[in-house]
Amino acid sequence: MKMTLNIWRQKSVEVAGEFVAYKVENISPDMSFLELLDVLNEGLIENGEEPVAFDYDCREGICGACSLVINGIPHGPQKATTTCQLYMREFKDGDEVWVEPWRVGAFHIVRDLVVDRSAYDRILRAGGYISVRTGAAPDGNTLPVSKDVADRAFTSATCIGCGACAAACPNASASLFVAAKISHLGLLPQGQPERNARTKMMLAQMDAEGFGFCSNHRECEAVCPKQIDIGRIARMNRDLYRSFLKRA
Amino acid sequence: MSLDSKEPTGPLENRWTKHRFDMALVNPANRKKYTVIVVGTGLAGGSAAATLGDMGYQVKSFCFQDSPRRAHSIAAQGGINAAKNYQNDGDSVWRLFYDTIKGGDFRSRESNVYRLSEISVNIIDQAVAQGVPFAREYSGLLANRSFGGAQVSRTFYARGQTGQQLLLGAYQALNRQIAAGNVQMYPRTEMLEIITIEGRARGIVTRNLVDGSIEAHTADCVVLCTGGYGNAYYLSTNAKGCNTSAAWRAHKHGAHFANPCFTQIHPTCIPQSGSYQSKLTLMSESLRNDGRVWSPKDEADIEKDPSELSEQQRDYFLERRYPAFGNLVPRDIASRAAKESCDEGRGVGPKVNNKRLGVYLDFAEAIDQLGEDAIRERYGNLFEMYERITGESPYKKPMRIYPAIHYAMGGLWVDYNLMTSIDGLFAAGECNFSDHGANRLGASALMQGLADGYFIVPYSVGDYLARHEASKISDDHAAVTDAVKAVRERINKLLNAPNAKHPPEYFHRQLGLILWDNCGMSRDPSDLREALKKIPEIREQFWSEVKVTGSGESFNQTLERAGRVADFLELGELMCIDALDRDESCGSHARTDHLNDEGEVKRDDENYSYVSAWKHSGDTAKPELHKEQLHFEFVHPSVRSYK
Repeated sequence: MKMTLNIWRQKSVEVAGEFVAYKVENISPDMSFLELLDVLNEGLIENGEEPVAFDYDCREGICGACSLVINGIPHGPQKATTTCQLYMREFKDGDEVWVEPWRVGAFHIVRDLVVDRSAYDRILRAGGYISVRTGAAPDGNTLPVSKDVADRAFTSATCIGCGACAAACPNASASLFVAAKISHLGLLPQGQPERNARTKMMLAQMDAEGFGFCSNHRECEAVCPKQIDIGRIARMNRDLYRSFLKRA
Repeated sequence: MSLDSKEPTGPLENRWTKHRFDMALVNPANRKKYTVIVVGTGLAGGSAAATLGDMGYQVKSFCFQDSPRRAHSIAAQGGINAAKNYQNDGDSVWRLFYDTIKGGDFRSRESNVYRLSEISVNIIDQAVAQGVPFAREYSGLLANRSFGGAQVSRTFYARGQTGQQLLLGAYQALNRQIAAGNVQMYPRTEMLEIITIEGRARGIVTRNLVDGSIEAHTADCVVLCTGGYGNAYYLSTNAKGCNTSAAWRAHKHGAHFANPCFTQIHPTCIPQSGSYQSKLTLMSESLRNDGRVWSPKDEADIEKDPSELSEQQRDYFLERRYPAFGNLVPRDIASRAAKESCDEGRGVGPKVNNKRLGVYLDFAEAIDQLGEDAIRERYGNLFEMYERITGESPYKKPMRIYPAIHYAMGGLWVDYNLMTSIDGLFAAGECNFSDHGANRLGASALMQGLADGYFIVPYSVGDYLARHEASKISDDHAAVTDAVKAVRERINKLLNAPNAKHPPEYFHRQLGLILWDNCGMSRDPSDLREALKKIPEIREQFWSEVKVTGSGESFNQTLERAGRVADFLELGELMCIDALDRDESCGSHARTDHLNDEGEVKRDDENYSYVSAWKHSGDTAKPELHKEQLHFEFVHPSVRSYK
C-alpha cells in the first residue's frame, strides 16, 4: 500500500509546530501503525533528517505509552485498541492520514507527537492509593470481597493511564481517568477508610492541573482502549457529594 | 576474588529468620541521613523504593519511561505463585521450593529459593491490602489456578493482567511515598554510568531524556532493578525500551555477570510477519491445553490452505514424539520441536528472510468436540488478540505460532543479600541471576520481583547502611567528574561515528539474528564459535557506521537506542562465551552435543553444578570466569522425563 502521512512536527513546547507530509510506499497490511512510523524514521535517519518522536514501549497494548491522534481520533479508528495494536489493514491504499499528539492543555508537548503526561501521575499521588506499610498486611483471605465487587474493581483498575480520555474530551477533562481509580479503590473494602479524602484530593488535583470537568459528552468512553465506561464518573460524583456530607 | 554467597547455615527453614536477626539495624531516627538510589520502577524497583521510603530513608527513584507505571512488569499476563495452600491440595513452602529448584534444573541456590517460597505468602497479603483486585470465588475468597503444568493450584491472578495489577499496586505505594516527600522521582531519566569510590558504589550518572542534561546523583548505596536483557535478540516479547545498559555499566565496573546464556523461550508467540517487525507478542501457554500443534508432512504443502490438508498430510509432531505429554510438553521441548520442523523446511506463514517460521496450533478438533462457545469462554480474549494482530480468525483457521525469547534467568551475580560483587551495589528482580537457575517456572517472575523489592532489599540495604556511616560525596570528587566525562565522551562518540550510515536498528537486527540462530533455542559449539567471530565485527562496524541524527542536548530517541544497542553488542558476546563454556545442557540451555535421543537436555552435574560468574577483564573477548559451586543439601538433583 501507499499512503500520505501528515505528521505534526514540533521541536519543543517553546516553538510553533506544523504538519509535514510524508509519502510512504510498500506498506504491508500486517504492519502495526507504530511499525509504519519505525520504517519512516529509519528512512529519515538514513537521509540525515531527524526522525519523528513518538512514545512507545510494550507494543502490546498494556503499558499506556503510545498516544497518537489519528485522523482526529485518539488511538485511531479501531475501537478498544491502542495505537500500537492498530494494524495497517484497517486503512486503504492511497489513504491520507493525519497524525497529531494529544491536544490537552495539561499535557504539554515535549517534541513532535510526545507529550508530558506527568499531570496524571500527580493526580494519583493525591490520594490514589491505599495506605499500607510493607509487612502490615493481614492474611489475604481475612477480608472476603464478593466476586461481583472484585470484578467491578478489576474492570476499573484496568486503566492504562494513556490519556486518550482527556485527549478526546471537548473539556479536556481527566474525569474518566480519575473516576477509574476512585472506583477501583472505593469499591473494595480495603479502600473505605480513605474513600472520602481520596475523592476530594484527587478531584482538587485534577482541577489544579488545569483539566476541565465532565459534561457527559461520552467521547472518553468511546476512545478508551480498555473500554472503561462513564458509569464510573457518575459513581465518582456520588462519592464527591458523599464526602461533603460525611466526616472523613 | 572468591565468590562468597554469604548463605546462612543450619536448617533451611530457619535460615532467613536467623539471618534477619543477625542483620544490623539502622535506628529509625538516623534513616533520613542515608540516601538510597533505586534504578527502575518495575515490580522490584517500585516495591523497593516505596518500602525504603516508608522506612524513612531518602530515596531517589529513576525510570526511563515517562511514568513509573509503565515499567515492563506491567505486561505479565499469567499470575503469581504463592505457597498459601488455600486449595488444600498439598502445597507448602517446601513444595514450591522444590518445584522451583527442579524447574531451574538444579542450577540455583537452595537458600535463596527457599526464602523466595517462604516470602511468597506475604506478597499476596501485601497486594490484597493495597487493593490489587485478584480473581475471587463466589465465596469472596481468593481464587487460584494451576499454571505451567504445576500439580497444585497455587497461582493467584487478575484475569490475564496480573502483572499490570501488581505493578499498579507497587506504583501506588510508590506514589504515596513520593507525595510524602520520602521518594524523589526522576521519570524519563536513564542511568548511563555507575560511580564507584574506593570500591563502593556511591552513585550513578544519568541523562535526562527530555533535555539531554547529564547529571551525577550520589548516595550511600545503589539498587539496580533494571530488568532482563531479552532484547539482545532484537525480537523478543520484552518492551522496546527494555535494555541491559545499567547492568552492563555495573559489569564493566567490576560486577560479575552470572549465567548470561540462560535465556528462556516461550513457545506460543505470534510469528513474525515481515522484516519491519518490531517485537513479538506472547499468547498464554494455556492455549496448548486445547490446541493441537502440527506442520505439513510434505514441504510441497506449506503454501496450501491448512483446511485442504487431510489428517494424513499433517504431522502432529509433539504428539508423535512425546506421546505421554503430547502438546503439553514443557516450554523448551515444544519450542525446539517447532524450530526443527521449520528448519526442515516445513514452516508455514509468510516468508521472512527467506524462511517460513511458524507452525499451526489448531483448535478445529476442540471446537468440534466442545463447541465454539466453550472455546470462546476459555480463550476468547486471546483469539481476539491474535485476530487483531494477524487478521485471521482462529475459529476458522488454525493459529500460527512460533517461539520467542521472553525472560532472562541470567543477570548480575548477587549474594544472599542481593548484593553484587561491587560493595554497596544491589540488584533485584529480573536483573539479578538469583532464583530461577537455568529455567524459570511460570508465574514465578512476579513472585521474585516483589519478594526482592518488598521483603529482601529493605532488610539487606538496612544491614549494609548500618555498617557504614552516612556520608555525602562532593560533586567535584574525581570519581564523579570522571564518570560524567565518560558519559559525555560516549555520547559524543555515538553522535559522531566516522562513516555514519545506518540507524542503530540496522546493527541490532543483525545481532539479534546471530543470537537467535546460534545462542537461542539450541546451541551448537561450532555455531557459537562462528557467532563469536561475527559479533565483534558487527560491533566494530557499529562504532564506525552508526548514524544518530540530532544532538545530545535534546529529546533524542535515536541516541537512546544507539547507547542500548552498543551495550547489547558487548553482552551478546558474553552470552555466546558462556554458552560455549557450559559444556552441558541444562534447563533452557540446550547444547546440540548434549541432548539424548529424545531431544531432552543432558545435565552434567559432576562438572557443571556451578554458577558461571563472569568478571570483565578490560577485553570483552576474554572475561574471567569465577565459579560459585552449588551445594544441594536438601534436594537431590534428578533427571526429568516427559516421554
